[in-house]
Amino acid sequence: MPTYRSHVLVCGGTGCVSSGSLKLQENLKAELAKKGLDKEVLVVQTGCHGMCEAGPIVVVYPEGTFYTRVQPEDAVEIVEEHLFKGRVVKRLLHREELNAEAVAHYNELPFYSKQHRITLKNCGYINPDNIDEYIGRDGYQGLAKALLEMTPDDVINEMKISGLRGRGGGGFPTGMKWEFCKKSVSDKKYTICNADEGDPGAFMDRSLLEGDPHAVLEGMAIGAYAMGADEGYIYCRAEYPLAIKRLKRAIAQAEEYGLLGKNILGTSFSFELHVKEGAGAFVCGEETALMASIEGERGMPRPRPPFPANKGLWGKPSNINNVETWANVPQIILNGGAWYASMGTEKSKGTKVFALTGKVKNTGLVEVPMGTTIREVVFDIGGGIINDKKFKAVQIGGPSGGCLTEQHLDLPISYESLTGAGAIMGSGGLVVVDEETCMVDMAKFFLEFTQAESCGKCVPCREGTKKMLDILVRITEGNGKPGDIEKLEYLGNQIKEASLCGLGQTAPNPVLTTLRYFRHEYEAHINEKKCPAGVCSALTNYVIDPAKCIGCTKCARICPVGAISGEIKKPHAIDTEKCVKCGACAEACPVKAIARR
Amino acid sequence: MLVIGSNTTEAHPVLGAMIKERKRAGAKLIVCDPRKIELAKYADVYLRQKSGTDVALVNGMMHVILRENLHNEAFIAERVENFDALKATVAAYTPEKTSEITGIPAELIEKAARIYATGPNSAIFYTMGITQHVTGTNNVRTMANLALLCGMLGRPGTGVNPLRGQNNVQGACDMGCLPDVFTGYQKVSNPEVREKMKAAWNGIEMPATPGLSVVKMMEAAGKGGIKALFIMGENPMVTDPDTHHVRHSLEKLDLLVVQDIFLTETAQLADVVLPAACWAEKDGTFTNTCRTVQRVRKAVDAPGEARADWEILTSIAQRMGAPWTFKSASEVFDAIAQVTPSYAGMSYARLEEGPLAWPCPTPDHPGTPILHTAKFARPNGKATFSPCEWKAPHEWPDEEYPFLATTGRLLYHYHSGSMTRRSAPGEFVKELYVEVNPNDAARMNLSEGDSVRVTSRRGSVEGKAKITDRVPPEMVFLPFHFGEASANILTAAVIDPDSETPGYKISAVRVEKA
Amino acid sequence: MQGIEAIINGKKIIAEPGMTILQAARANGIHIPTLCDHPVLKPVGACRVCLVEVEKNPKLLTACSTPLNPGMVVHTHSPRVLEARRAVVELLLVRHPLDCFSCSSNGQCELQDVAYELGIKESRFADEGDTCRSYALEDANPFYVRDMNKCILCGRCIRTCDSLAQYHAIDFQNRGIKTMVQPPVGKDLENSDCTFCGQCVQMCPVGALSEKTSIGQGRPWEMEKVKTVCSYCGVGCELNILVNKKTGRIANVKTDYTSQTALNEGRACVKGRFAWQFVHSDERLTKPLIRENGTFREASWDEALNVVVGRLVQIREEHGPDTIGFFSSARCTNEENFLLQRLAREVIGTNNVDHCAHL
Repeated sequence: MPTYRSHVLVCGGTGCVSSGSLKLQENLKAELAKKGLDKEVLVVQTGCHGMCEAGPIVVVYPEGTFYTRVQPEDAVEIVEEHLFKGRVVKRLLHREELNAEAVAHYNELPFYSKQHRITLKNCGYINPDNIDEYIGRDGYQGLAKALLEMTPDDVINEMKISGLRGRGGGGFPTGMKWEFCKKSVSDKKYTICNADEGDPGAFMDRSLLEGDPHAVLEGMAIGAYAMGADEGYIYCRAEYPLAIKRLKRAIAQAEEYGLLGKNILGTSFSFELHVKEGAGAFVCGEETALMASIEGERGMPRPRPPFPANKGLWGKPSNINNVETWANVPQIILNGGAWYASMGTEKSKGTKVFALTGKVKNTGLVEVPMGTTIREVVFDIGGGIINDKKFKAVQIGGPSGGCLTEQHLDLPISYESLTGAGAIMGSGGLVVVDEETCMVDMAKFFLEFTQAESCGKCVPCREGTKKMLDILVRITEGNGKPGDIEKLEYLGNQIKEASLCGLGQTAPNPVLTTLRYFRHEYEAHINEKKCPAGVCSALTNYVIDPAKCIGCTKCARICPVGAISGEIKKPHAIDTEKCVKCGACAEACPVKAIARR
Repeated sequence: MLVIGSNTTEAHPVLGAMIKERKRAGAKLIVCDPRKIELAKYADVYLRQKSGTDVALVNGMMHVILRENLHNEAFIAERVENFDALKATVAAYTPEKTSEITGIPAELIEKAARIYATGPNSAIFYTMGITQHVTGTNNVRTMANLALLCGMLGRPGTGVNPLRGQNNVQGACDMGCLPDVFTGYQKVSNPEVREKMKAAWNGIEMPATPGLSVVKMMEAAGKGGIKALFIMGENPMVTDPDTHHVRHSLEKLDLLVVQDIFLTETAQLADVVLPAACWAEKDGTFTNTCRTVQRVRKAVDAPGEARADWEILTSIAQRMGAPWTFKSASEVFDAIAQVTPSYAGMSYARLEEGPLAWPCPTPDHPGTPILHTAKFARPNGKATFSPCEWKAPHEWPDEEYPFLATTGRLLYHYHSGSMTRRSAPGEFVKELYVEVNPNDAARMNLSEGDSVRVTSRRGSVEGKAKITDRVPPEMVFLPFHFGEASANILTAAVIDPDSETPGYKISAVRVEKA
Repeated sequence: MQGIEAIINGKKIIAEPGMTILQAARANGIHIPTLCDHPVLKPVGACRVCLVEVEKNPKLLTACSTPLNPGMVVHTHSPRVLEARRAVVELLLVRHPLDCFSCSSNGQCELQDVAYELGIKESRFADEGDTCRSYALEDANPFYVRDMNKCILCGRCIRTCDSLAQYHAIDFQNRGIKTMVQPPVGKDLENSDCTFCGQCVQMCPVGALSEKTSIGQGRPWEMEKVKTVCSYCGVGCELNILVNKKTGRIANVKTDYTSQTALNEGRACVKGRFAWQFVHSDERLTKPLIRENGTFREASWDEALNVVVGRLVQIREEHGPDTIGFFSSARCTNEENFLLQRLAREVIGTNNVDHCAHL
């Protein structure tokens, strides 16, 4: 095998690809060849580093130099300066904010240094299309250990010791789930990977599948061995073409190496794995709907019991876990359940990947041990609020989750603590909200999503979320009525109580938690016809601060409806009857005298 | 399940649904039909044989079964005779030769044979696609040979199952409305039987010579041998072959009495028309295709002076001096049970509890849903193979008449259409259409809905073209429900010598844009 | 097999193994309201009306789909259950048009029944303009009418088409509030796989599907049910003719899916269910007709029968019994066929009797 003095890792995740990393790789290779360095320096395409907004990302080893926002044309300079002359290209080093100090090394970055990466350990380090690189980082050793040294019961026992709980949101203990399926007697069983990641803003599964697909395959094979399944499906949404491509390649390679397929590692254990593309229905992330979809039916949930462990895919016992859960399995088996259980809180063990988005400085994928506080995630890893505005809330768990406030900043994140506060772990979406966000409007946004994605099967979810949405719409439009808050609460609680699947049972959460922590905002909308955050257009008006206005007339000239009047060099005023709230005046004002209130 | 010559989902929709249900539950389905009928879509093997080659096809399947030793040796040894003759006959029907005759690839014939033979339970379903041929009887015998060869009889999920086209064909046969038998298939030629009937029926001597079949009676009427016809509830002007000939025969009669619910095409030629009550207006029983007898109940009164057929018949008999005293359908049924061993155990009181399948010889007998479980209905209790050679049909397309026309039913209509065309389906499918293969249509420059004229040696009809690959090239299909454009103008009154059933399914025709 | 013991509403019950809570309750005379359930269809737990409380289970469960386990303690009408049930029905009533007055389903509407049972007059959540009126009435075919405004999306029609008719001509389409039951995208019913067997119509718990052939023929409570057998093909489907007691006319034809005597298991086809109007056709023969000078004239039974008998006797005497032939009918009853062949053999003295079995 040839050895190289330097490795240039270029991210090939969906985010970086869309910002030009493929062209960048090409250019780097061409430049290296021009300089005759192609025998000394190897360009490697890796999976996602998690900091997608700073892409394309390039890491140069052995130094660990961390370049961000690298454009294809920067290849010349990187090759010439760094790889030829040995001088770091300072211009391309990562900066947290525009004027912040540049950070030269990966490990110095707070975004990374505060994380604890177990499932993401290979993402960004290895070429996901090369099974050897996965094997080189302990890959398939967990499977070998399970097959050659452990009985299926041993495996399940280890999973129980680890305390791993379903990372898809339910938080059901994985070892127990496997045990139910193992105990179910049948001629045929299936293991399924739920890769139908659909929460707006969530992309941890995609990154894992793109960056380290073999971890998922290995986890599924171990699970299949433990439960007695010989066939599996990865149900991946069709909107993830790169993940699907990499999965299929990974399966082919693993089969070639005898790590999937018939008689794995020479044992009697066989496991056949398929990739099934989903058609993009959010509800197919629900396990019974997902199975209906694999069977070729419309993706609609089925009532439980019977549970999939007894009657799942095609009526056979089936076990379904999500991508992140499966990716944890190889390391648990390799390092022992006790190792995994040493991380986290009493009841929530190990680490959890969050997709940190919203109004924080650093957005991206973060993996932290359970028990980390929200403050650590938002302020230490996330770097705080953009423009140092005031933190208002964080929406955890996507559209099914809930809003937590400043009072929860020091809450250690665990399944129990989040549920207790009215949110859920969900798949790990974490949207940070600042003072300029209207909580009613945000609740409406999430409910619009769940209503549009409701499969329409059960009455409470289909009809109930629509009615709640109608009420929210009228509140944000200034037509809220007394009693609306009570109706929202009643409907929310009954929808949770009566809905068929997890989608409906959690859909009211954003409304119920905002009602719990930001009830005054709802009351202001309904009773005072005011949107405190100044977001809901029907309830806000543009006003000119006479103290600031210099009477330059720019606003009056730009107003498309002639709603602004005033004499030159004297404060102007807006006729709110005429104003269409387009905001052109505020933008035009040179002294920021116009604000929305 | 082997479905041959039966468009089950249209002609027997509920049974068609049950076949599809079984198929979805895992059963295998073989469909043989020149038309690509709906069931073909679900078939494990779809065999598109040329019309009139059924005997060859099934002989070919039996050839494969014997060659591969898939037949049921024990069953044959114990329960069937004449095995050697069968072997001798089917020996010549190699898959290659069969393929040549039927136009079906040899490997499909082999595949179908294996599926049928290895069951473990296989049932054959057929209808008029098998019987309405000049070789209809041989077609049926060949089906029976196949079932016997594999021992697919006498158990649930097996059998040779003719699907009766009409609600009470089975019953009409059971009741002795056949020229050679009394009720329960008791031969008129048997003196003991005649004695029994004489004793039961007012001491009248019974005629011993078998009478004429429908087609023969029609023929005899045309020649003057039959002077009077009494037609109860049939419409031969639409349903019998060679309509022009039928009209001629009926017009020649001295007396035509038609007893019906409408003034049908046939009734219009009658000397006397008697208004009858319809199905919803009278009590009685029907016997379905599974030999199951069920009660029909009066729901509404008959219109005007219309009367139930049994009442009319009783009046006529009484006026002719017969001492009939029937006051209700129930009393007539008791008279049936009295002379019919297979119905002897039945009564309205029992039928009130639910349907009964014959034979039901005694009042405590539960009925017999499956026949031939231990014995066959021959004196020694054994069945016999009746090997048949394939014969080319009576008429075949030639230069002058290059198309083959076949007739059949639509889902939405029923027989001569006198009921369905006066009900909701009449608004849905209003007129005759002719199914034409897209290749032929292109050649004739024919578009969907164009008028086409179909002409045989006997006559000509016009209908709207329906262009579909349900029919193979050089074949057209015409539903026969439409009296004003009767498909049976085309068909020939050429009959099977044994069953005397006409070969409706094959006519050589010319197809032109009208 | 041993029965399963459980407690429903404080009462000890015994049920067969494999029964759902709903089946066990029914078998023990305990009523649980339902909408999307039908005894012959696979339970789907969609309408949520049959929710019950099972002790030790944190969630309410649908009785229709939950297997009864030994020792289960079930409450079918606890305050928690009733509240959820009420919320569900009130949510359905937000969009459902309340024109019960003129609805063909009035009197047999299961939504009406459930609302009545729960004491719901109107929905607390209905606002002006909520009622669904956006779908046009679909009545292009002569068999049944679809009013999707009334559809409660229970899916019984879909399951019926799939498992009983075996066509799967319709399914749910769209999501959220736009969910509806439709043939495949871009096809109307008349060009879909639908064969208009009408089984979905009978299964519809509300007035979303109704027989076009029965419009104005009478109200459900005016009907008398007559069990009989279909008069079309040889399958012999058991049918129930619904006769309007006021008019004495047929108003509808239905089947009984739970009948113990039906060979068809409640199924029927387009002919069996919809092709009965001929019974009341104006073209029905109502009087005997005698041909005179090439045209028909009406006659009395007495006269007509005398002509028939007189001519038959005359021909038999002149030409012999075998010049007379009888066509019986596969459409008539056994009794009538029996009498016809007796007429031929016993009264006329010929075996010239046959019917279309030969055709």
